[in-house]
Amino acid sequence: MAGRTLYDKLWQSHLVSSREDGTSLIYIDRHLLHEVTSPQAFEGLRLAGRRPWRIDANIATADHNVPTSAKERSAGIAGIEDDVSRIQVQTLDDNTTSFGIETFGINDVRQGIVHIIGPEQGATLPGMTVVCGDSHTATHGAFGALAHGIGTSEVEHVLATQCLIQRKMKNMQVRVEGKLAPHVTAKDIVLAIIGRIGTAGGTGYALEFAGSAIRDLSMEGRMTICNMAIEGGARVGLVGVDQTTIDYVAGRPFAPRGTQWDAAVESWRELVSDEDAVFDRVVTLDAAAIEPQVSWGTSPEMVVGVHERVPDPADAADDTARRGLERALEYMGLSAGQKMTDIRLDRVFIGSCTNARIEDLRAAAAVVKGRRVASSLKQAMVVPGSGLVKRQAEQEGLDRIFLDAGFEWREAGCSMCLAMNADRLGAGEHCASTSNRNFEGRQGYGGRTHLVSPAMAAAAAIEGHFVDVRSYDYDRADAMSA
Amino acid sequence: MKKFERLQGLVAPLDRANVDTDLIIPKQFLKSIKRSGFGPNLFDELRYLDEGYPGQDCAQRPRNPDFVLNQPRYEGASVLLARRNFGCGSSREHAPWALEDFGFRVIIAPSFADIFFNNAFKNGLLLITLDDDTVEQLFQAVEATPGYRLDVDLSAQRIHRPDGDIIAFEVDPFRKYCLENGLDDIGLTLTDNSEAIREFETRHRAAQPWLFRDA
Ligand code: SF4
Repeated sequence: MAGRTLYDKLWQSHLVSSREDGTSLIYIDRHLLHEVTSPQAFEGLRLAGRRPWRIDANIATADHNVPTSAKERSAGIAGIEDDVSRIQVQTLDDNTTSFGIETFGINDVRQGIVHIIGPEQGATLPGMTVVCGDSHTATHGAFGALAHGIGTSEVEHVLATQCLIQRKMKNMQVRVEGKLAPHVTAKDIVLAIIGRIGTAGGTGYALEFAGSAIRDLSMEGRMTICNMAIEGGARVGLVGVDQTTIDYVAGRPFAPRGTQWDAAVESWRELVSDEDAVFDRVVTLDAAAIEPQVSWGTSPEMVVGVHERVPDPADAADDTARRGLERALEYMGLSAGQKMTDIRLDRVFIGSCTNARIEDLRAAAAVVKGRRVASSLKQAMVVPGSGLVKRQAEQEGLDRIFLDAGFEWREAGCSMCLAMNADRLGAGEHCASTSNRNFEGRQGYGGRTHLVSPAMAAAAAIEGHFVDVRSYDYDRADAMSA
Repeated sequence: MKKFERLQGLVAPLDRANVDTDLIIPKQFLKSIKRSGFGPNLFDELRYLDEGYPGQDCAQRPRNPDFVLNQPRYEGASVLLARRNFGCGSSREHAPWALEDFGFRVIIAPSFADIFFNNAFKNGLLLITLDDDTVEQLFQAVEATPGYRLDVDLSAQRIHRPDGDIIAFEVDPFRKYCLENGLDDIGLTLTDNSEAIREFETRHRAAQPWLFRDA
């Protein structure tokens, strides 16, 4: 018998029952809740007179809608100026209080973007099934956990039954082998992968990331990669467990201790694909060939290396693709053949569940240190992924580096990643963003998003346009006077 | 959930690939804590010439005359014809809620994004995946024929075209059963599987006690 993939193992160890047609029930170990996709689920539960199946599996926080200015945040929920947002955040609080679900409140230092706080608290553990009403739940797969983004009906189903109705996916492996060039990061790897397989390339697959370049990444980097599995069409992203995983989890508040820790670690070591496991599809990338990536269009697959040019629709494979490219160029206000490094920027956003962990902020700060944000920029902001990331960054003095350079330093939340709060782009503005989606209007009505790594965003903020961070002189002594 | 039986519906073509959930329903409308009322803001950025916000009277807003759903010939459409990777992006169920609230019951495309596909069926929408060529033919027929309707027969898994041609389609048996009977998953899971879930949970807890915080 052929070996099993990591996904096969996780699936089998959580399978409760299966119908003949393959529709299956899988058991859910961890359910993360936030304010946007949960209110209708709680309402449904109440209308049907149902109770949550297992309270201790659930953890909640507000992230999508919360203001990130210190002033608005200081008064807690009551201080949220936008009425509709306030009601939604309050509704989450009311619901979790009435059902007894553990919640990290708006001014709790543990509050943050769900996909950042789960791992940070050790609430995401290897071997778990993790769900959340948010498509970037794939992030948690970096721990060898089976993590799915789900819709609101599924949130209600998980609350009521502790299970999710699923069909088994196919297995796909993306191997990234070799060494990355200096200052090329996990974000560049995943953008390059999406550029290669397309935004629907992983549809129907559980996507395992493997190879020496993935093994060499920190947990932060692996989370960045799994986070964007969904931009490659895959609902699930995975990385096998190794010592890096175990070291990250050790000692976190929700992680097991003592003899339970030893037993857990022993079982976690099995959470890798067997040598002889068979994947339905395998894609291989050479890490050394990956350039810093910049997206130019309105879909994450519309991405090129920083030295490349905006593509020409005339080269498209078919009519639908050509029209797609033309529409994207028009929306983005770009022309075919334009150099990526010539795109003038209006704003820079460093944040989101993709790139707002401590390592991301360190990478950006290393570029910014001793320099000034270009005067042509309207705004450059850093939004830490959680209260704890913010605190850590402040202990390391990163906030000073950003503030001295002219960046804004904000409270934790999703912020301009989807612009549900006051942080947003104006129509026609170009933004270098470390988030994950460059869809039309995503960061504000008419806004134009370019997805990049934190280091690339930082360098773009200094120069006012994209530059190759590899050729950036990190130690330029006279930077302040330049 | 509404039952789905058979539908004779006017078809509207949305000729664009990778239609994402931000396009289907922009995020400012996600602040609602209700499940209904999203229809007027379906495709908000394409349908209107101004920027939408929650609580607006959409009847007073300037419409984009070029957008397909604003053309009188597609008024009352209940079948949406779309291109590949429809529904990509976020997990927001507001997307199928908005489509359903607008009046769509069937969406036909060469492919759909996974999460959207799941969410749609849970809200009484029937999603039909057909090959590229068939979808292309349908686009041509719809554009050439005002009042083009399709007769979608779920139980026989067939679409009858006005010219008499029949297109067979696949649908997963469990989803079909739920749609035809208007059944909600939670009730079904609890009736059929409560015992199995409890047994699983006991074994799971014994094997990996650290997964349970009260352990
Ligand atoms: S940071 Fe952006 S992508 Fe991540 S959960 Fe928040 S809104 Fe979604």
